[in-house]
Amino acid sequence: MPTLSHLQQLEAESIHIIREVVAECAHPVLLYSIGKDSSVLLRLAQKALHPAPIPFPLLHIDTGYKFKEMIEFRDRYTAELGVKLIVHTNTKAHAEGANPFAWGTQRCCGALKTTALLDGLREGGFDAAIGGARRDEERSRAKERVFSFRDARGQWDPRNQRPELWSLYNSRIHAGESLRVFPLSNWTELDIWHYIHAENIPIVPLYFAKRRPMLVRGDSLLPVEQPFVPRLPGEEPQYVRCRMRSLGCSPCTGAIRSDADTVPRIIEELITFRRSERQNRVIDHDQDGSMELKKQEGYF
Amino acid sequence: MSAATVLNAAEPVEAFLEQEKEKGLLRFTTAGSVDDGKSTLIGRLLYDSRSVYEDQLESVTKASVGRNAGAIDFSLLTDGLRAEREQGITIDVAYRYFATPRRKFIIADTPGHEQYTRNMVTGASTADLAIILVDARKGLLPQSRRHAYISSLLGLSQLVIAVNKMDLVDYDSRVFHAIEQDFRHFLGRFHSIDSYFVPISALRGDNVVTRSSNMRWFAGPSLLEYLETVPVGNRARTASFRFPVQRVVRPDQEFRGYAGTVVSGAVSKGEEVIVLPSGRQTRIVGIHTFDGDLETAQAGQAITLTLEEEIDISRGDMLALPDDLPHVADSIKATLVWLSEKPANLGGRYRLKHTTRQQWASIRRIDHRININTLDHESADALAMNEIGVVDIESARALMFDSYSTNRATGSFILIDEATNATVAAGLIAGAVSFESAAFDYPADVAWQMDAGKLILSLGGGADALGNPREPQTIHDPETLKALDSLLRRLGIAWKPNRKD
Repeated sequence: MPTLSHLQQLEAESIHIIREVVAECAHPVLLYSIGKDSSVLLRLAQKALHPAPIPFPLLHIDTGYKFKEMIEFRDRYTAELGVKLIVHTNTKAHAEGANPFAWGTQRCCGALKTTALLDGLREGGFDAAIGGARRDEERSRAKERVFSFRDARGQWDPRNQRPELWSLYNSRIHAGESLRVFPLSNWTELDIWHYIHAENIPIVPLYFAKRRPMLVRGDSLLPVEQPFVPRLPGEEPQYVRCRMRSLGCSPCTGAIRSDADTVPRIIEELITFRRSERQNRVIDHDQDGSMELKKQEGYF
Repeated sequence: MSAATVLNAAEPVEAFLEQEKEKGLLRFTTAGSVDDGKSTLIGRLLYDSRSVYEDQLESVTKASVGRNAGAIDFSLLTDGLRAEREQGITIDVAYRYFATPRRKFIIADTPGHEQYTRNMVTGASTADLAIILVDARKGLLPQSRRHAYISSLLGLSQLVIAVNKMDLVDYDSRVFHAIEQDFRHFLGRFHSIDSYFVPISALRGDNVVTRSSNMRWFAGPSLLEYLETVPVGNRARTASFRFPVQRVVRPDQEFRGYAGTVVSGAVSKGEEVIVLPSGRQTRIVGIHTFDGDLETAQAGQAITLTLEEEIDISRGDMLALPDDLPHVADSIKATLVWLSEKPANLGGRYRLKHTTRQQWASIRRIDHRININTLDHESADALAMNEIGVVDIESARALMFDSYSTNRATGSFILIDEATNATVAAGLIAGAVSFESAAFDYPADVAWQMDAGKLILSLGGGADALGNPREPQTIHDPETLKALDSLLRRLGIAWKPNRKD
């Protein structure tokens, strides 16, 4: 019998993790961000639970500033799979005028993402949130556990993590505490794309190159979906052939110039590319080590 | 850091994708202290295999300003947490990824100084191989011995000893060979471990990815070439078939399946299996996956099995082949690595997680503590953080296990603190507590006698034929005890021996 390839091994490991959550946690939920990693996570959940349907709901934290195409894809794809979708928005912050330009990215993310996520998890009574984060995404994530403990306030203490040995995951928590579980911990960006290609997994069309209206500022391409994105004097959007390498809120996600309009072309671009996928996320650049600070506060 | 593999411009992406499908996976751990240049070595592997992106490089180059570093401080690529970067140390196991056209690599990067045992044990628990870094100027240090011992304890079959900083000893072959000889002598204590010695300079790149022109006297492959080609994963594949049931799957009245991962060996459709602990025998009717049914499933595959008979099976039960069963016992001897600041509580309750089974257990006895510097056995009545000891553990229900040295997945467990839910110990099973060591009381409702070498059992209430209450019986003969124990188990009679020392 041939030995398992690296993708087969990663897939089996993720399935094992998802099954452990369903077996040991009372009220799990899958944090669905609509991105490529979420698409892979959903496929793995289907595989883990087959032939039964996915028993837990999906929770999407909607900041209200996601790309229109993301929301369309979300509604269509989740309906197609027949999974239960919960959408949670921090409506109070919205009413107070939260946006990254008026509030700054840190405060805006804090309200629309971190607070919204913690509220959404609390309202649903969820004790385990399965997420698509990968350890290769950002330096502070390299030390994240697969089963990552959160205290009653939803916070992460990087200096006091539970040792995690073999594939024996510790899911025990007290009332009010919770777990974040990351079945894709050991996947890299390239693994994700290979898997999407091999499995023919649907993803949001924003990942594929197309002519889109953008504000062009040097090397940066800024999407213009939201009216509050400030323009420089006389600045008009230009049509640029580009794509998104990672998906977030439209005002804070830059596009990259690209001709990659199929998955193999994206992979080809990726293996010759020299920039990490989070680089176009404005939010990570606020402070050195900013992701670590956000995670400690409860950000995903 | 994402794994970016260099694509030959002439090579079409389709060919690359095909090659990717065949790519294997190697998990390794790295051990060494701050001064051995471990972070530099990992940074070098990531950088030279083009697994570091330019913006990540820019951000560490930015961070290097104001510290004592050259143009690129490779160690900054791997020092993740802000707290660590400020103090210039690494405090926890970190996982790194890179790939070459031949293999994907997962590195469990463990710090060498603070809480080294806890971290190294954690890193080694999922690794196939360990790289031990030795400073060419310092030779074999006590910590190198510790690392070798822990690697052997955790069942790694491969060690790579990278003698680093060869540039600082003028690439002198005599320095390398003296260290190799020293280390090989020490490794003689651990049979079943293969080792490869390679002289490198992580800082200059000698023998890390490409062979060094500074050390033409060394004929072996570079470190990366070795990692790309060393065979791995054979142990789980060739071990006995073990399938711990993870979940019972019942989507409707028609389908009743058992989901789980084949942790070792292989199984085929139609094969007879035994369900433990009940001991019931049945046959595999189907091996199901989302992508279709399989004829055979092998170690590492996550599947769902359907069985011929309707048997009461739940999470934590184990399937095995009739002529190749695991041990079943509720008193086991194990090596414990203590991971918590709160010392081991003799006689106290812990949650024990073994395969997919959780239950209460307690540490009955500490046989001895192992001094990891001298490997001497010391008498001990407690285990503190980072200490390793051999103990007897008694669990509330039977464990189906193999010794850790024959099967990692069924020979390992963790202990969880009842109050804090922290993971406090890693356990490696040696075997069942041997019956020879003590006598046991038998339950009063079981009567037995030996008759011409045969064991005859009578079952019933706690009274004899005349209605007199039966006294618990003490059995001293180990052979009788073994036979009785196995008979009772086969009959599915739960019992708990009262041990009398």
